[in-house]
Amino acid sequence: MTALRITNLVFRWPRQAASCLDIPRFELAAGERVFLHGASGSGKSTLLGLLGGVAVPQAGRIELLGTDITRLSSRTRDRFRADHIGFLFQQFNLLPWLPAIDNVLLPCTFSARRRERAGADPRAEAERMLRHLDLDTTNWRKPAGELSVGQQQRVAAARALIGRPEILIADEPTSALDAERQQVFIDLLLQESAAVGAALIFVSHDQRLAGHFDRSVALHDISLAAPERKE
Amino acid sequence: MKAVLRLAALSAWSRRLTLGLTLVAIALAVTLLLAVERLRVDARQSFTQSVSGVDLVVGARTGSVQLMLYAVFHAGAASNGISWDSYRAIATHPAVDWALPLALGDSHRGFPVLGTSVDYFRLFRHGEREALQFAAGQPFTGTFEAVLGSEVARRLGYRTGDTITLNHGLGELGPAHGDKPFRVAGILAATGTPVDRTVHVSLEAISALHLDWIGGAPVPGLVIPTEHVAKFDLQPKQITAALVGLKQRGDVFRMQRFVNQYRGEPLLAVLPGVALDELWQNIAMMERTLLTVSALVVLVGLAGLAATLLAGLNERRRELAILRALGAEPGDIFLMLTAEGVLVTTAGALLGLVLLTIGSGLAAPWLLDRLGVVLGTRWPGREELALVGAVIATGLIASLIPGWRAWRMSLADGLTPKL
Repeated sequence: MTALRITNLVFRWPRQAASCLDIPRFELAAGERVFLHGASGSGKSTLLGLLGGVAVPQAGRIELLGTDITRLSSRTRDRFRADHIGFLFQQFNLLPWLPAIDNVLLPCTFSARRRERAGADPRAEAERMLRHLDLDTTNWRKPAGELSVGQQQRVAAARALIGRPEILIADEPTSALDAERQQVFIDLLLQESAAVGAALIFVSHDQRLAGHFDRSVALHDISLAAPERKE
Repeated sequence: MKAVLRLAALSAWSRRLTLGLTLVAIALAVTLLLAVERLRVDARQSFTQSVSGVDLVVGARTGSVQLMLYAVFHAGAASNGISWDSYRAIATHPAVDWALPLALGDSHRGFPVLGTSVDYFRLFRHGEREALQFAAGQPFTGTFEAVLGSEVARRLGYRTGDTITLNHGLGELGPAHGDKPFRVAGILAATGTPVDRTVHVSLEAISALHLDWIGGAPVPGLVIPTEHVAKFDLQPKQITAALVGLKQRGDVFRMQRFVNQYRGEPLLAVLPGVALDELWQNIAMMERTLLTVSALVVLVGLAGLAATLLAGLNERRRELAILRALGAEPGDIFLMLTAEGVLVTTAGALLGLVLLTIGSGLAAPWLLDRLGVVLGTRWPGREELALVGAVIATGLIASLIPGWRAWRMSLADGLTPKL
């Protein structure tokens, strides 16, 4: 089964003449790990919004795990996102006032499916993941806002992966890390997504990070609307 | 939904300083509102409880409210009295069952002194037609004996058998009647009415005190010692007012007309209920103004709440986007913000109730002392709870604004808030 299939997708923001995205075809196999790069303003965030189902295209199909999410009601789309997609953002990923471990458990409060897939005791699973991601036990119950950026990103990774979602979407998750830690984090992410069997879409403007992925794709190669890269 | 509410509570806790200040503002506003309402209700209650079973209050011709105020509540001074002959004419009228003469004008350490007949203790009714009870001692029998209200005895620490002296006039600094001391013969049980604040003596005692006085001052060189007082005729020539009970209530307007048209001197008879209604009408305007002002203060507090939540929304865009990405629906975001506002309003209202309870407990003795108003220390009544309910409902409406705004924002922002 394909994790993602986009067909003839057209998206235009309200009150704008030009299309923001125009993707005739794009596919992602189950468990495949893709590096998607594009300049700022090329429509990366818009594409992620469409994949997450918080925006709806004017035309075309977005099939996630065989379901065309453009045909779902907004409520069902929200549920689908919670059940099947793990998200990882740039920085300020966590609820700063919530303890780290409770941040990890958040997907399980919004999705019964993720809770079930996290095992009999989601909290034990969260602890296992934090330990696996090398986060010190003393930091588990600290409010997430008190952790370092690197620690926060590892907590965010655990949160995106808990309950074994089929698709993991990472939006510039390394932009706040220094070069050395960037590669360590990406390796960690590749390893973990492989462990839970999730397909990974890693979005970044920094092409140097593309090294370890199965495939590297430029947004302007798949989207007719995206402007040419200025380099 | 439970999970969303739990997150809302935790999120609110993380911003406890800002929200706490808003909460305190709401609490103080609610306290003010409830205090005004409680004072209003309790003042009415106090006045209404003060006199029971009296068909007519009779005094010199004046305003009916003024007559009630000095005759029943012992507040303010009478401008004129009524002659003993007029009183006898009324008291012996065939329609009259009983009449109690009242002579006011002296005081004891700020508490009013009432000269009356010994029948007062048997006939006077307050509250739900309750008779006066003695906590200690008995009614006065001799001329220089006094019966104290419970508050007088409690505040000044008197017991039966103690000796007290009276002052002329109502202030604490009036010239003294120090030459003629009184023995405390009895102390009344508490009634929650002006009786508690009154020193009761016989009419003869009032006459005796003023034997050697003319026109409000002692006559120089004239001293009539206590032991010689009995030689004088102590029949009073004038009293301040009278309480009248009729054989049949149906005669009340006929009797009122008889008094008002009395030829001997200009008199006024009022029905206590009617006079109290007139009093309420006089102060209703002020009450409404006070209630309106305090309601406005509550509205200001709630507007502050809405403003605080709206102002905080920009900083929380990221938080809301994260929740959206994790599967929260726009409805959940709306619920979170609205719940936060309702939570703060409810907590503020409850804190306001606590402050009211503490505050009324502290203010009650002072109010009783200065205004004769009995402020109840009790659980909030139905109308107070209705006011609290109205405040919370208004808080809910105020919270819908930030809730709606967050809902719109989370729809527009999607997963990547524009910061």
